[in-house]
Amino acid sequence: MARSLHDQASIVGIGQTEFSKNSGRSELQLAAEASLAAIRDAGLAPSDIDGMATFTLDSSDELLLMRALGIQEVNYWSRAPFGGAGANTTIMQAAAAVASGAAKHMLVWRAFNERSGHRFGQPQDPGTTVGWNWYLPFGLDTPAKIYSLTFQRYMDRYGFTNEDFGHYPVVARKHAATNPAAWFYERPITLQDHQDSRWIVEPILRLLDCCQESDGGVALVITTPERAKDLAKPPVAIRGIVDSQLIHGHVMFNYYQDDLSRYEENYRAANRLWEMTGLGPADMQVATLYENFSPIVFMQLEGYGFCEPGESVDFVKEGHIELGGQIPVNPHGGLLGEAYIHGVNNILEGVRQIRGEAANQVEGAEHALVAGGRGGMVLGKA
Amino acid sequence: MSSVIAPTPDGVDQYFWDGVARKQFLLQQCSACGALRQPPAPMCAECNALEWETREASGRATVYSWIVSHHPTEPDAAPRIIAVLDLEEGVRFVTNLVECTLEDVRFGLPVELTWVEYPSMNREAPQILPQFRPAPSRD
Repeated sequence: MARSLHDQASIVGIGQTEFSKNSGRSELQLAAEASLAAIRDAGLAPSDIDGMATFTLDSSDELLLMRALGIQEVNYWSRAPFGGAGANTTIMQAAAAVASGAAKHMLVWRAFNERSGHRFGQPQDPGTTVGWNWYLPFGLDTPAKIYSLTFQRYMDRYGFTNEDFGHYPVVARKHAATNPAAWFYERPITLQDHQDSRWIVEPILRLLDCCQESDGGVALVITTPERAKDLAKPPVAIRGIVDSQLIHGHVMFNYYQDDLSRYEENYRAANRLWEMTGLGPADMQVATLYENFSPIVFMQLEGYGFCEPGESVDFVKEGHIELGGQIPVNPHGGLLGEAYIHGVNNILEGVRQIRGEAANQVEGAEHALVAGGRGGMVLGKA
Repeated sequence: MSSVIAPTPDGVDQYFWDGVARKQFLLQQCSACGALRQPPAPMCAECNALEWETREASGRATVYSWIVSHHPTEPDAAPRIIAVLDLEEGVRFVTNLVECTLEDVRFGLPVELTWVEYPSMNREAPQILPQFRPAPSRD
């Protein structure tokens, strides 16, 4: 049988700080607080951690975090490149590390002051990175604009409107309204609120289509299924985990493949994931889908097979992604409603749903799809 | 008129910005197999040859996707239309559409190259950019 990451690792600890717009403390402190919470949640001590993974974009370095937490010796560390897709990739690196024996207990963290410090939503500085010359002089300088050139093709092909996409933010804010950890706790919105919010990228995105900018930290601890049995919380199995990065991608998105209305990386990741796990969309009771901007939820509902291409707007309007629906999506409120911790907080929600300890618990959640477009995992009861 | 960010050419794209300064719209082409690559790369992904040359593009293209660019939090002097184009040569190029409004733009709209000089945000000298405008009907 071919080797894979099917049932080779489990998530045994999760931790987070509060989510805010001004944490009042360093990114390193947020990382340390979230990491300690995750390690204790697993019933472990910092000295049990021997592997670490985060994003290349994370400002806290491994040695400083070891010094803060009291991690004595690390035998494997790695980082995931680029943006929110790294949420899935760090978990995949951790799973591969424990499955191979490179490390016993992997700590994954992501922490930043992304509202009070460097704001992702603001224009990119001139001349910062190789490749940006093809975009910055033409005014393509924020993630919202960069992604919208792809979303536009998707809208144009299927005749979708910005108002159609507004149905997702309404669901996300409805879910966040009953999640006490969410920044938008008890603050739902209507479709009219969405339509009254200002254009960020005309005619694609309004303000309420965009994820938050947040301060905060989150962390997870990952180990083998065998070790997981002896720890404090019911282990959550990583039933499968995949990434798909395709040639011709450039800087932040891929304008250079044939059909931008089709999220090709997503379809490929989905095929790999369903093949690896022997499961399919009908086996999922809940999903957390990375959403920097609302259209990406619609594309992923199609890519992961919850509905056919071009049918996602009707699927969402019919209520299928709400609590009590066919496949509740982002019951914590997601990156629009809860917080934007680079997508990693969506993974923590998947863990809580399988444990049965979520604020908005989906009854009978046996399997959760936790996806970031071009990468994803299935979590399940161990 | 909006001011624009002047490029900071690197080792890979210097030929393009040198061409822009002469109002030449250059594409990188593999000397071995003839494949065009935009954005450029130091090696041909089709045949792995390192040798390359430039080819002047016709300046004819069609609109593939487009947005209106606003500053996320501050008032804009003049919002710009940003578009992904299909160049006649068969590669994509990100640029701005000028001499038209959002209502004029549609998928497949024929456009043509024009050169526009803008004030620069980060340099003393003005910055010339390849821009595209709706092409006259060729009927």
